[in-house]
Amino acid sequence: MSFYIASSPHHHQRRTTAKLMQLVLFAMLPGFLAQLYFFGWGVIFQLSLAIAVALAAESLCLIARDRAPASGLQDNTAIVTAALLAVSIPPLAPWWVIVIGTLFAIVVVKHLFGGVGHNIFNPAMAGYVLLLISFPVQMTAWMPPTGLASNAPGFIDSLYLFLFQFTNEGFSLEQVRRIDTGSMLDAVVMATPLDHVKTQLSQGATLSEALQHRQFTGFAGAGWQWVNFAYLLGGLLLLQQRVIQWHIPVAMLGALSICAILGSIFAPDLLPGLNIHLFSGATMFAAFFIATDPVSAATSSKGKLIYATLIGVLIYVIRSYGGYPDAVAFAVLLANLCVPVIDQYTRPVTYGHRKEES
Amino acid sequence: MAIDISATSKLWSFPGGIHPPERKAPANMTAIQRFPLPPVLFIPLRQHAGEPGELCVAVGDYVLKGQPLTIPGVDNGLPVHASTSGTITAIQQHPLNHPSGLTGLTLCLEPDGKDAWYPRQPIANIDAISQREVLQHLQAMGIAGLGGAGFPTARKVAGARNIDVLIINGVECEPYIVSDDRLMREHAGEILAGSLLLQKLTSAKQLVIAIEDNKPEAAAAFAAAIHDSNATDTDTTELKGAAAVLKIVPTRYPSGGEKQLIQILTGKQVPVRGLPADIGILMQNVGTAFAVARAIHHGEPLLERVVTITGEAVHQPGTAWALLGTPIEYLLAQSGFRAQEKKQRVIMGGPMMGFTVTNLQIPVIKTTNCILAPSQKELAPAEAEMACIRCGACEIACPASLLPQQLQWLAKAKDYDGLKQHNLADCIECGACAYVCPSQIPLVQYYRQAKAEIREQAIEQQKAEIARQRFEARQARLEREKEERLAKHKKAAEARKAAQAAQAARQTESSTDGEQDPVKAALARVKAKKAQQDRGVEPAKSEQKDAVAAAVARAKAKKAERDANAESTPATTEKKDAVAAAVARAKAKKAERERLAKLEAENIGDSENKQNATNNKGNENS
Repeated sequence: MSFYIASSPHHHQRRTTAKLMQLVLFAMLPGFLAQLYFFGWGVIFQLSLAIAVALAAESLCLIARDRAPASGLQDNTAIVTAALLAVSIPPLAPWWVIVIGTLFAIVVVKHLFGGVGHNIFNPAMAGYVLLLISFPVQMTAWMPPTGLASNAPGFIDSLYLFLFQFTNEGFSLEQVRRIDTGSMLDAVVMATPLDHVKTQLSQGATLSEALQHRQFTGFAGAGWQWVNFAYLLGGLLLLQQRVIQWHIPVAMLGALSICAILGSIFAPDLLPGLNIHLFSGATMFAAFFIATDPVSAATSSKGKLIYATLIGVLIYVIRSYGGYPDAVAFAVLLANLCVPVIDQYTRPVTYGHRKEES
Repeated sequence: MAIDISATSKLWSFPGGIHPPERKAPANMTAIQRFPLPPVLFIPLRQHAGEPGELCVAVGDYVLKGQPLTIPGVDNGLPVHASTSGTITAIQQHPLNHPSGLTGLTLCLEPDGKDAWYPRQPIANIDAISQREVLQHLQAMGIAGLGGAGFPTARKVAGARNIDVLIINGVECEPYIVSDDRLMREHAGEILAGSLLLQKLTSAKQLVIAIEDNKPEAAAAFAAAIHDSNATDTDTTELKGAAAVLKIVPTRYPSGGEKQLIQILTGKQVPVRGLPADIGILMQNVGTAFAVARAIHHGEPLLERVVTITGEAVHQPGTAWALLGTPIEYLLAQSGFRAQEKKQRVIMGGPMMGFTVTNLQIPVIKTTNCILAPSQKELAPAEAEMACIRCGACEIACPASLLPQQLQWLAKAKDYDGLKQHNLADCIECGACAYVCPSQIPLVQYYRQAKAEIREQAIEQQKAEIARQRFEARQARLEREKEERLAKHKKAAEARKAAQAAQAARQTESSTDGEQDPVKAALARVKAKKAQQDRGVEPAKSEQKDAVAAAVARAKAKKAERDANAESTPATTEKKDAVAAAVARAKAKKAERERLAKLEAENIGDSENKQNATNNKGNENS
């Protein structure tokens, strides 16, 4: 009788990376459904194509790197990257946008740096920034949320727009994006809430004037606020499932809130308030799904707090003073750059190495 | 700051830790069993940390239960005893109860079934004899720490000075293991008695008994024992039960690790490379306290211990009093072990730190606390390792506040300096990091390997250093010898010159004297030359023809030469060099001794970890 030899510990928590990634995808579901409801079918096309491209790119990269593609694909990390990128870009952006973004994220940002676990930048955000800089027009062409759009495209029209940039009837995306303001003359192309506020403020309007726009019907912008609440819900699920720790979301949201409150106190007319910062953009999505990417975040608990605080502050600074309203991606990438130095200086004190208190 | 622990004093916490399924039931539901005598016992000479004793029996000898089979000997090793009466049938190499699977010298004892005792010598009153004598008795009884590495108890107690708190560790935090739990439930009184003896021996100001809150029955038994002790021993309450504090600690693995338990109870940390005694703490396992009580009150050597036999491949899981030397196959057979078809593991110790064994003939030794035969369903074998995603779960779990994932990268890169910088040596190999790792990375395995490699490297460096010192010493010696030779030659040449000059002078003199005797002159010259060759100094003044004068001159020359030699440095240098060489040798020896000491310390640390593997975490380990 021969016995099996193994190294201790012999017991393992049955929670694999693949399972964790599944949970992340599951937790994205509320936000995804909210986006689907408010911004139309496009997000489904984006997601499907992104996942297909990501899996293909991942396989090819693994083969090129002499790894078994099957085992590499099992960890679901490529799908998560694809999903994060797909929900970040305008739902009706042309198909090649998401293809380029996904390829860049998987091939360059992930595999050229050594594959899963080795990338220093968040692949989805790096892909997003590449797209934003390269294709600013397509990347800012968000649909007005349901209820505001005068010609919300149906499933077929959305598919046509996604593939050919024209609906079946020949309307362009620009035409579809117009919102009904009562008279044809006033029909304007709709910008995202943050973009709108930024543009208005830069044109000399006060915050309250900027918020006169009819898209700020609710608490922080029609549609967007609900998408944010949905991602917050998913994030709380991740916390409850212990997929992520509280440090990053709390520190990031905390830092952003403090900045926003201070801004509102000192320049209430010129700087958007807390509600806008937390619920009008990608804040909740970033706090729970982007900044928490373990690979590109700091590792120690203390390091995570610093890292996420940095992201929160950077988001505020970029939104308030930067050229782009899309602060999250830039803030995350900048914080990624700081991770090695944060890790270096936040090493916990090993047992027994504590300096004697005298 | 003196430590003061009371029943109500606050509990601290240690960072990290995990909550693996405990699975203490059903093994803890039944009383400790006593199986029939096994057909054969394999008693290894070395069952504990430190040197083995020296054999004092031979093949064919009939031995009685409790009879020493080894004596401390020159190495002052811990003796082993005959676990029952019977005949020594062989003394041979036998597989050891050790992760390496190596063999070691083992006595084979065939029980005769009588279980006849060797004369026992209890100590009636430990106050009547000195602490040293009590410790000698404990050593003679073979008492070693039963929770950790099996460190000889007498030595641990003797080495501890200024102890504030004696902690009796009944935490037993590793899943499955219930040996201490059952022992506490059934023998709390005797454990308490042993603890009080230990307290007396260490002069500890306080006695604290720590139990995890998942063992309420054991805690209740202890509370009752403390109460009884107070009731019966009113005259000595000052040192007795009144000082014994029962502390219930929250269940969290590895709270039973010595360092972690100290942190929970006192908030203090054992300084790196230090001992608990450095901060006034001594820890002993409940099983050790029990063995101390038996040894002192009953004169019984350490012959048996409680072993948990559990896992789904065992039909009647439970605990048993196992004689030291019992092959684990026998215990498994008695418990209804049936191996599975595939990948059956038999683990010495618990699921977190135990090691798998391949040979069931290995014996129960002083540090064996659990034999775990799990099914694949309850403890699934490890899956293929995947890439680290830097999630940091390991860091959150690490009770030593290390950076497990960083260590893993460094270990894979064989960056030994980096590993040392990240305090790999402080890893207690508890396995919490590998338990939580979502990528199924066998982290502890990497650390163990790296530790072994670092140790190997240190040994190599030491060897190279000794070789270098030797080489340099040899070079210095050769150089010195060469110089000495040169100096000798130079002196000889000078003497020769002087002799020639003297001769020339003599010839002039003799010619002026007009008294010429060519034959004598020639003889003198030959003599002079010879003398020159002999010792390089010319016995001058051979001008006089009478031999007496010549002899006097020779004697003088000899003396002069001796003086010259005495003056000239060679002798001194030689002496100096000899001193230098001796110093170098002493230094090398010292370095070697230090290295050995360090190695030993590491070994202890290492075996501590292994033993922790063998044993459950919930015990004193050192």
